[in-house]
Amino acid sequence: MKEETVQKPKLKLAVYWGAACGGCCVSVLDVHEKLLDVIAAADLVFWPIALDTKYKDVEAMPDKYIDVTLYNGAVRNSENEHIAKLLRKKSKVLVAYGSCAHLGGIPGLANFTTKEAIFKRVYETSESTVNPDKILPQTHFEVDEGILELPEFYNDVRSLNQVVDVDYYLPGCPPQSERLLEVFMLIATGATLPPPGSVVGASEKTQCDECKRVKTENKKVKRFYRPIDIKDDGVTCFLEQGVICMGPATRAGCGVRCIEGNAPCRGCYGPAEAVIDPGAKMLSAIATMIDSNDEKEIEKAVETIDDPAGTFYRFSLPASILRRALV
Amino acid sequence: MEFKPTIVAFLCNWCSYTGADLAGTSRMKYKPNIRVIRVMCSGRVDPTFVYKSFREGADGVLICGCHPGDCHYQEGNYKCLRRFKLMKKYITQMGIEPERLHLEWISASEGKQFAELVDSMTERIKELGPSQVKQVAETLAI
Amino acid sequence: MKRITIDPITRLEGHGKIEIFLKDDGGVENVYFQVPELRGFEQFCVGRPVEELSQIVTKICGVCPGCHHMASGKAADAVYGVEPPPTAKKLRELFYMAHFVHSHIAHFYALAAPDFVVGPTADPALRNIIGVIEKVGVPIGTEVIKQRRIAQEIQALLGGHQTHVVMNIPGGVRKGLTSDERDDIVKKAEGFVEFSKFSMNLFKDVVLGNQTYLDIILNGPYALKIHSMGLVDANNHVNFYDGKVRVVDTEGNEICKYGPNEYLNFIAEHVEPWSYLKFPYIKAKGWTGFVEGQDSGVYHATPLGRLNAADGMATPIAQEEYEIMYKTLGGKPVHNTLAMHWARLIELIYSAERSLELARDPDITGKELRAPLDNVPSEGVGIVEAQRGTLTHHYWTDEKGIVTKVNIIVGTTNNNAPICMSIKKAAEGLIKKDTEVTEGILNMIEMAFRAYDPCFSCATHSLPGQMRMELVLKDTKGKTIRTIKRS
Ligand code: SF4
Ligand code: SF4
Ligand code: SF4
Ligand code: FES
Repeated sequence: MKEETVQKPKLKLAVYWGAACGGCCVSVLDVHEKLLDVIAAADLVFWPIALDTKYKDVEAMPDKYIDVTLYNGAVRNSENEHIAKLLRKKSKVLVAYGSCAHLGGIPGLANFTTKEAIFKRVYETSESTVNPDKILPQTHFEVDEGILELPEFYNDVRSLNQVVDVDYYLPGCPPQSERLLEVFMLIATGATLPPPGSVVGASEKTQCDECKRVKTENKKVKRFYRPIDIKDDGVTCFLEQGVICMGPATRAGCGVRCIEGNAPCRGCYGPAEAVIDPGAKMLSAIATMIDSNDEKEIEKAVETIDDPAGTFYRFSLPASILRRALV
Repeated sequence: MEFKPTIVAFLCNWCSYTGADLAGTSRMKYKPNIRVIRVMCSGRVDPTFVYKSFREGADGVLICGCHPGDCHYQEGNYKCLRRFKLMKKYITQMGIEPERLHLEWISASEGKQFAELVDSMTERIKELGPSQVKQVAETLAI
Repeated sequence: MKRITIDPITRLEGHGKIEIFLKDDGGVENVYFQVPELRGFEQFCVGRPVEELSQIVTKICGVCPGCHHMASGKAADAVYGVEPPPTAKKLRELFYMAHFVHSHIAHFYALAAPDFVVGPTADPALRNIIGVIEKVGVPIGTEVIKQRRIAQEIQALLGGHQTHVVMNIPGGVRKGLTSDERDDIVKKAEGFVEFSKFSMNLFKDVVLGNQTYLDIILNGPYALKIHSMGLVDANNHVNFYDGKVRVVDTEGNEICKYGPNEYLNFIAEHVEPWSYLKFPYIKAKGWTGFVEGQDSGVYHATPLGRLNAADGMATPIAQEEYEIMYKTLGGKPVHNTLAMHWARLIELIYSAERSLELARDPDITGKELRAPLDNVPSEGVGIVEAQRGTLTHHYWTDEKGIVTKVNIIVGTTNNNAPICMSIKKAAEGLIKKDTEVTEGILNMIEMAFRAYDPCFSCATHSLPGQMRMELVLKDTKGKTIRTIKRS
């Protein structure tokens, strides 16, 4: 029998970070030995953490040259935005990889404040900073030898789909490496992909569906507690202990990682269904738990919730309806 | 130019909407600043309705439901009350003055109370001035 | 004037860019290392409950999240004026040692080794981890991946989330260790000790045993005479989790030694308009600009800096190796930038030995995991030694423990000025009047930078055949004079 060896063209893969922590890139590396499988099925054509491909090289690629780009990180400055647009042009499929790209992520908490306040804190009032001349980083600065440039720091953080069209979302901070592999193998084997705009690499269920903590249907509380206020028994559902856990409003897929470490979920996998406001559902769920019909008592219970905005929107402030605080 | 606030009002079908209707049919005069949205029950007012209203330019949001004990779905108005308190805390953190969001119980017979409520709320919002939410959101895409 | 731009240089915590300006005769006029990024954690952590910070600040860096988690956990303890029970402290340190083992392994094999095992000017297509594996053999390569993964498994076991750990809570930790889990960790830690010794021997054979490499380390353009910083225990031995920060000058004399609460008396940060990253310096010396020497304010906090700043190592094998290194390099302190790789391996041995000590400690399976929070929260500083430098977190809160102010000096930030200076020095040493700037020279410039950066760089050479770099020489008007490619 004659064997036919049809060489399937290798996928061209790019991984880029915007305003990111690097954890998403590490999650790609953390497929460990499987990285070799990935490399066997795909050529990495751009990946700043690992390769020395420069922006110029990307610019020189024909449009749609890259099969799949995993963009991680939020859009925080002009460089992030520029490269997001560039990669959109050069890629057939653009994936918002990780919470930052998906919903704005932790860097998105900066939408509680302003560029001015951040600059002032970091470069002027920080206790360790000595800056009598109030020097701030400049986008163009003339040194003796020429002009040095820096990207412009924006006032607002945006998620990737607020800047360019996104084909898929792979949630998580960072996405679990196994989920990435599953999705990658789907793409590499040419399987039919879900319709554009879908969340991939995560479940339809919620964290609560996968959580092993003991829960009853009776989630009623007179007040809420912070994790420091209780002696967690390691067994009972956090919400039933009165501690806010984003489990009911968060998509499953991480393997309830934080809860395994005895910490309540903070929602990095994003909302469980396509909703227009990631924190709203959680707010409703929490409010419903308050065990009182009395206005004063309800007020008191609400008072025990510190930082609702920063909790319900821990990973998603830029993707919320209000998008930023008015300051 | 004089500031004419826009107030989005979510009125429950059974009591409050009827109350508002009564104010209308009784030809009571009240400020023309409200845009009424009828919902089946105040318990149906999802937080996203409120945020969307602000985002699309409301200067104030009013929610009206049946008096405690009168909700046609038993618990709807209590649910609403709990959400309302938490929403207030949330919008305050988002830099929106908490007075811009208001909850009141209005029964089917309280046409007069409804008219007065609209007037007083309009006054309060006028004092606060225009909400910045929409304008700021529009500048976000730098 | 000609100008060389390397953009992006990404093998650091975040983004980076190098601008090299050349004189008309081709010699180096000046070099700028720019960090084009800022995220502003100092400001947006305000308003959050302080115990949430240890989970938020890990997102400063996904390569060393454990360091931020520990510094944050300790700062939050300090905010509440609480001392975690011994079991909690030891669990934290055990986690932290696994974090060091994983990071140092990755750095040595995937980043440093390609330059030394394969060769600094070898074919770039071979100058990567695959090339290293070819030289040292597949079994060793497999072992590297395995040991790194085991270290990560220990972190996930203790820390919950495998990357963005959730271990700490003010006053202690959230989760204890069963004796079965402990037994397993003991075995794994024994493996670390063996593997770290093996790695040191490999380094000695392949690198120190090669006169050319030894020459590069000792006589290349890679020496920077600056002060050294590191965390030390009560015996002035290197410690990563706890202790005081000690700084010694270019001659090895102690300049200062301070506890977390006193950091503001000793360290300050300078701002330049061309970088988003600040430049810390020794307060007593003042900001003296990018200069070396005894009077300069510039210091480094790196593996070598830590060894210079300490009087020795707290574990036996690491101590032996410490003595060997200083004897070989002619006494303390050492200023050869590339000796950082050697120092890092000594630290690897220490982390391995220390994880074994901790895993065997009877306290480690203790049940008392959290101390009660009896004090009104106010202000606190937490310091740990991160892989790439002393890490300081300083929080202020209101009486409910809601954060009102944050100040952070990140590991890499300590080395911002030294990195700038090392790159410049390497460039000056390698690019002379009429030098032809080859790919090999570019790599040797990068080696100066790479020595500092144990993290993102770990991946730099990890993939075969793809390494490409392009340098564009332009005149100041932006006209391209010459393009150098390596591919
Ligand atoms: S999603 Fe999480 S892991 Fe990924 S870059 Fe953002 S902060 Fe880091
Ligand atoms: S609320 Fe949290 S702790 Fe409770 S079941 Fe859901 S995920 Fe588990
Ligand atoms: S438990 Fe929640 S916060 Fe933690 S990893 Fe899973 S989704 Fe993210
Ligand atoms: S029906 Fe009126 S509030 Fe429920």
